[in-house]
Amino acid sequence: MNRFLGFVKKEFLHIFRDYRTLIILFGIPAAQILIFGYVVSTDIKKAGVAILDLSGDETTQKLSDKICSSDFFHLTENLLTYNDIDRVLKKGKTKAVIVFGENFGRNLVSEGKARMSIIADGSEPNAATLVTNYITAIVTGFNQDLAGVPAMNGPRIVPVVRMFYNPSLKGHFMFVPGVITLILILICALMTSVTITREKEFGTMEVLLVSPLRPLQIILGKVMPYFFLSLINVIIILLLSWLVFGLPVKGSLVLLMAESMLYILMSLSLGILISTVSKTMQQAIFISLVGMMLPTILLSGFIFPIENMPGIYRYASVIIPPRFFIVIIKSIMIKGTGFIYVWKETLVLVVMTAIFIGLSIRKFKIRLQ
Amino acid sequence: MRTILYLIRKEFIQIFRNKFIGRAVFAVPIVQLLILVPAVTFEIRNVKVAVIDRDMTSESRELISQLEGSTFFKIRFSTFSEKEANRLLNKDKCDVILQIPSGFGRELGNGKPATLLASIDAINASVAQLSWAYLNGVIRDYNVNIIAENISPGTVAQMPQIQITNRYWYNEMLNYKHYMVPGILGILVTAVGFLLAGLNLVREKEIGTIEQINVTPIRKYHFILAKMVPFLIIGLIDLAIGMLIGSLVFNLPFEGSIALLFLSAFIFMIAILGFALFISTMAGTQQQFMFIAFFCMIIFILMSGIFTPYESMPVWAQKFNNYFNPVSYLMRINRMVMLKGSTLQDISRDIYALILIAIAFTSFAVMRYKKSA
Repeated sequence: MNRFLGFVKKEFLHIFRDYRTLIILFGIPAAQILIFGYVVSTDIKKAGVAILDLSGDETTQKLSDKICSSDFFHLTENLLTYNDIDRVLKKGKTKAVIVFGENFGRNLVSEGKARMSIIADGSEPNAATLVTNYITAIVTGFNQDLAGVPAMNGPRIVPVVRMFYNPSLKGHFMFVPGVITLILILICALMTSVTITREKEFGTMEVLLVSPLRPLQIILGKVMPYFFLSLINVIIILLLSWLVFGLPVKGSLVLLMAESMLYILMSLSLGILISTVSKTMQQAIFISLVGMMLPTILLSGFIFPIENMPGIYRYASVIIPPRFFIVIIKSIMIKGTGFIYVWKETLVLVVMTAIFIGLSIRKFKIRLQ
Repeated sequence: MRTILYLIRKEFIQIFRNKFIGRAVFAVPIVQLLILVPAVTFEIRNVKVAVIDRDMTSESRELISQLEGSTFFKIRFSTFSEKEANRLLNKDKCDVILQIPSGFGRELGNGKPATLLASIDAINASVAQLSWAYLNGVIRDYNVNIIAENISPGTVAQMPQIQITNRYWYNEMLNYKHYMVPGILGILVTAVGFLLAGLNLVREKEIGTIEQINVTPIRKYHFILAKMVPFLIIGLIDLAIGMLIGSLVFNLPFEGSIALLFLSAFIFMIAILGFALFISTMAGTQQQFMFIAFFCMIIFILMSGIFTPYESMPVWAQKFNNYFNPVSYLMRINRMVMLKGSTLQDISRDIYALILIAIAFTSFAVMRYKKSA
């Protein structure tokens, strides 16, 4: 045991000696939380729209003013002909062109009907849908103004909405759990796989293997410091999201920390597994960054909800561990629910950890070729 | 010139000597592109609804069946207890609770407004807003029907109305695959080039082989160039393979000029590789490099506008993208050239900016690299 403690101490010293890595290790989560708190949002603000007004009467003027004066849009250009539409959309600054046909105002008065069209840049489907939705909403409001109040009486359904968990519809509720999940797995897997392959690549693994330490002790000793560092990272992120975004942990903090420890353990054992299959650090880094970053971002439900994915992917995402942790952390942090609501996900993480450790033990070679 | 060629040859031999890396630089992007593109969509389907119908009249049932008829909502549960419904929401079994209070049908029958309560899981704010908008749409249709039933036919026609038609250019069906292929391709090319080029240089430092190069008459820029070219070529090959997959597997239309796309990708690769090498001159070990790279890459990628619209970012973030983030340019250019067929004229400003960034990053790398230990 004494021997083992000495070894752990050596590993800690290794890490603390390299202050640059240490700064980055703690700087990454902090900076990312702050940056994403302010940058990642799927709303649109001040999107560019151009207007092709073939009618040029009072009504079209009023309606375009109403659209362009809202917070969502700003006018990029007034077009003269249909041929200009392609030109402005291709430049990319304009997200949509609003077209008023000829005699718009006159038709509205005489026939009670007028047509306008929105031509949106479909190369960015998300922005395109949002832009058309917002414009449609503004025009609907305009329509109601035209119709006057009387039409709004009479039998109709008045829906009242209550936004659960996140009444002010902030983006933080989505990305804080996402960032914790993403950063923990990438950092843990990277760190462990790199430190172990480093010993292999430099040949110092041989020195460790001939020492009286058991292989299991070597691995545990290498992993232990990162376990604590990652735990500190979790605390930093939670503190930041609480202090900066006012996002408190609604449920039990103890449970959240316990689940985080489990997740860190899982990520560390994944790192060990990667290290057993890679010979060089380059290889380990390639697997844990290039191989894992995109699937984690895309398939875990961090940005893209899993329910929207095509059938096979919903089932296939089961092999992506972060997917479960995101559910756990959201339930505890935001919904404030207890263990009974997340026991299934927890069990999955436990099983995964066991599998990763089991595979690593089978693959770990005591002898070097 | 010949020195550089020899150096480049050496780099190629070194890269492909590691069998794993030699294969992975091509295999990983291909596999990820094939697997990830179909998975990613913002298109929302199957919003799970739990209904609490306290009214049980023909009116409430009609509304529910209208909701069921839309592809957007799936009615999963029907209960009378609010507690039960909240539990379902907590468990993620449903996304929306629709409460129809008793007296709903009576009010409507009396020609009065009737209320309806919707509780939406808003952790994902944008999905919640969309669900709310769709729910409103269903209710609006329902309202229009009952208004039409109640008012004599003549009056409806007299209300002035503006009708809107939507068209989506360049991507009529709003196919997300067309949107994601250029983006994911950009990320993969970035990740492969950025990581490998940087790691390569730091590895020479860590192992000490850089000393052997430092004592030769090789010039500083020779060395940096030789580290750059192999990954530039690998990146462009990855891009070509990715585009082939895009058009064969995902039917990606290719509107613009291929030469223009490769020209921009070429400049982009110089920028990103220059940046990677610049960082690697500062890092002492591969571990340090990897951390800085991880940090920068995540920021570059998530801020680039691949997942969230560029317009929705605050002004400082847009400025950051304009001055420092080559990935944001690549994202924009890729989509504009591939999907819209934008010409050199349309994207000239982006190209100039990218050239400036490329020159700046590369010269930083050359300046920062010191031959003395």
